[in-house]
Amino acid sequence: MAEAMKMRATMEGDVVDVKVLIQHAMETGLRKDAKTEKLIPAHFINQVVATLNGKTVLDAQWGVGIAQNPFIGFRIKGAKPGDKVGVNAVDNLGTKFDGEVVVA
Amino acid sequence: MLKPGAVFAAAWNSLAFTAKDPAEAIKNAGYSGAAESSDIVIKAPDIAENGAVVPITATSNIPGTTSMAIFVEKNPAPLIADFAFSNGAEPYISTRVKMAKTSIVRVSVKAGGKNYTSSREVKVTIGGCGG
Repeated sequence: MAEAMKMRATMEGDVVDVKVLIQHAMETGLRKDAKTEKLIPAHFINQVVATLNGKTVLDAQWGVGIAQNPFIGFRIKGAKPGDKVGVNAVDNLGTKFDGEVVVA
Repeated sequence: MLKPGAVFAAAWNSLAFTAKDPAEAIKNAGYSGAAESSDIVIKAPDIAENGAVVPITATSNIPGTTSMAIFVEKNPAPLIADFAFSNGAEPYISTRVKMAKTSIVRVSVKAGGKNYTSSREVKVTIGGCGG
């Protein structure tokens, strides 16, 4: 699922600014299919973990209220160019998404 | 393939994420009894034309902030997300949320064993939760 996640990590002073985009429908389970009038089952990313050189820096839980194709930006102090930032995510159906980027 | 248990510290907090009442969502997420603090800075539009995608950026200037949760009080599920920071992560999050209608957007944090909160209203022209 390499295409599903886009990441960028750039230094701003001594802090690395990380931006992550994940392709995902983020279905709430409250929306009806326009044709069948049936509820579309909930399908959403609910856990996201970010690491710097393998150490957890961010441990997130999400609900259905994160917008479609989720964006998340976060900052890590003490990182330097060449460091690796990783993101692991999983949705409520167990599908995993992961990405890694080298700090520029 | 990574096992979820090897990566994710805790099981998904379904009690908090499925709570319909904002006070219950706040309680179940562990952010009750929070003191109002202007040291939590919330950046969000005053008016969001499209509730499906509302940018929210939150920063905590409270020393020792270890986690941050975002609530949209009028959403069917008010708890949007809960973030725990460690190993140098700054108490800062930028994301995009769904808003069903005009609502208070609340950001609560945990710092030094206490809870703090701040909120602001975002007006929504077209709701974004569908259905």
